[in-house]
Amino acid sequence: MANKILAILEQREGLLKKVSFEAASVASVLAKDLNLEVEAVVAGSEIKNLNEISKYGIKKIVHLKSSDFENYTSSGYTEAISNYAKEVNAVCLIMGNTALGNDLAPRLAVKLNSGCVMDSINLQVETGEIIATRPVYAGKALVKVKLSSGIKVYTIRPNVFKAVLSENSDAVIEVKEISSPNLRSRVVSFKKSEGKLDVAEADIIVSGGRGMKGPENFNLIESLADSLGAAVGASRAVVDAGWRPHREQVGQTGKTVSPSLYVACGISGAIQHLAGMSSSKYIVAINKDKDAPIFSVADYGIAGDVFEILPALTEEIKKIRS
Amino acid sequence: MKIAVCVSHVPDTATRIKIGADRKTIDSAGVTYIINPYDEFAVEEALKTKEKLGGDSLVYAISVGGDANKESIRKALAMGVDEGILLKDDTQRDSFGIAHALAAEIKSLGCEIAFFGKQSVDFDNSITGQVTAELLDYNCVPVVVDFKLEGSKIIAEREIEGGREVVETELPAVITTQKGLNEPRYASLKGIMASKKKVIAEKPAAQFSNYSEIIDMNLPPSKQPGRILGTDSSAVAELVKLLHEEAKVI
Repeated sequence: MANKILAILEQREGLLKKVSFEAASVASVLAKDLNLEVEAVVAGSEIKNLNEISKYGIKKIVHLKSSDFENYTSSGYTEAISNYAKEVNAVCLIMGNTALGNDLAPRLAVKLNSGCVMDSINLQVETGEIIATRPVYAGKALVKVKLSSGIKVYTIRPNVFKAVLSENSDAVIEVKEISSPNLRSRVVSFKKSEGKLDVAEADIIVSGGRGMKGPENFNLIESLADSLGAAVGASRAVVDAGWRPHREQVGQTGKTVSPSLYVACGISGAIQHLAGMSSSKYIVAINKDKDAPIFSVADYGIAGDVFEILPALTEEIKKIRS
Repeated sequence: MKIAVCVSHVPDTATRIKIGADRKTIDSAGVTYIINPYDEFAVEEALKTKEKLGGDSLVYAISVGGDANKESIRKALAMGVDEGILLKDDTQRDSFGIAHALAAEIKSLGCEIAFFGKQSVDFDNSITGQVTAELLDYNCVPVVVDFKLEGSKIIAEREIEGGREVVETELPAVITTQKGLNEPRYASLKGIMASKKKVIAEKPAAQFSNYSEIIDMNLPPSKQPGRILGTDSSAVAELVKLLHEEAKVI
């Protein structure tokens, strides 16, 4: 039996998250390069779209099932997944670098006596070894890392790897009932935040900074975000001033993001902010100071007044979207 | 109760990173090092927990690294931590190496709870707390924005995509702290004076071989500055056209 690489999937409320398809796709590609077998593994209760994973080169899906797995339990998921990984002699685990992946990956690594590399933005095989590239110092530098442990665990940054459709799309789903899972630590409830989208997951982000002059003016940012289907982000200055919640902060003591489009409004571009967003595919800057550092990373800029430009931009986007 | 708070010593977030000659570390010349910003929330929560428990509770600040780390331990002492411990190792450890040293010390001190910043703003792995907990077989709640301890029961809220998870668990435990959990106190003048007199215990860090090896460090590809399309709303139509037709992102 060939050694296995496992894509560890993530479900919330019975639906697989997008990053799970990316993890499945990455695992399939690595399996080919390393001549390993690939499987997808997920802990959960009822999962509606499990079969969709088969489109990404996965032929076997293992569902570690328990009614206690509807919500995340770090102790329960860790025990069930690490036991399965040991049972099938897994040599490599791939999962999304989400809140859940960030909690689960290091625990699985300890249980499997392995090392782990978090937040990889590239994984490739060089002379038979996986080389991971990941940002450090919030993206101010990149490192290439190699693991020396027998088993290797990697998390991948969401939205960076493409989920590539594969030709074969038949998969066997094997359900393994987990009796009496370890519930020493478990999620008892979820408090949804007011914002519609989270900056960590959004494909488009519209961020506001001190140039917005006050919290009452963020309706301009929200309207533009609505027109684009974007998440609202914020600079550290406005979070520290209490204008916006911390979960929206982009930058070195907030979130590091790589959306397709980042629109910076009234943000001058402190080094901590630039580190957190400059790997975005396209950046638009709107700021009245034409010498602001934000323009050095922007693809397109308007050196003008946000209060004049934002409403016009929102209207123009609505026009093109309708 | 014995309470641990683990601190790391990192380049100030305003640092402009230059790659070192070995191409594996940063050039530290002229770099100012500070206590990891997230660790200040951990120190504050450890002190609040001690104040709430009262009695003979003690807070230990522990750091793994070289002599320079004493500066960050002293910052924690100045804020009100009782004892400082440096687990000495001048080599560069990965998160697992650091966690092994911390776990050994937390165990030998008999700390029932340990607070960590949710990540160090140098390598950003964001796993040292979880690994330490797993090595100790402690429960762990990472990225906590609300924390309650009632007897041995913990109710903590942690930040996840789109909201907060409410997690219930028990002591012994590791908590990693996120901005928003509390407002770290300023060190008082008295605290600063007292911290200067305190002896920081030095012990060798428990042996461990790193699992990961950095084979190259580089700067991200630099971006060509883009186009300024105008200075008022007359540039908006062109911007939207470019985003739609050239960038194809909307």
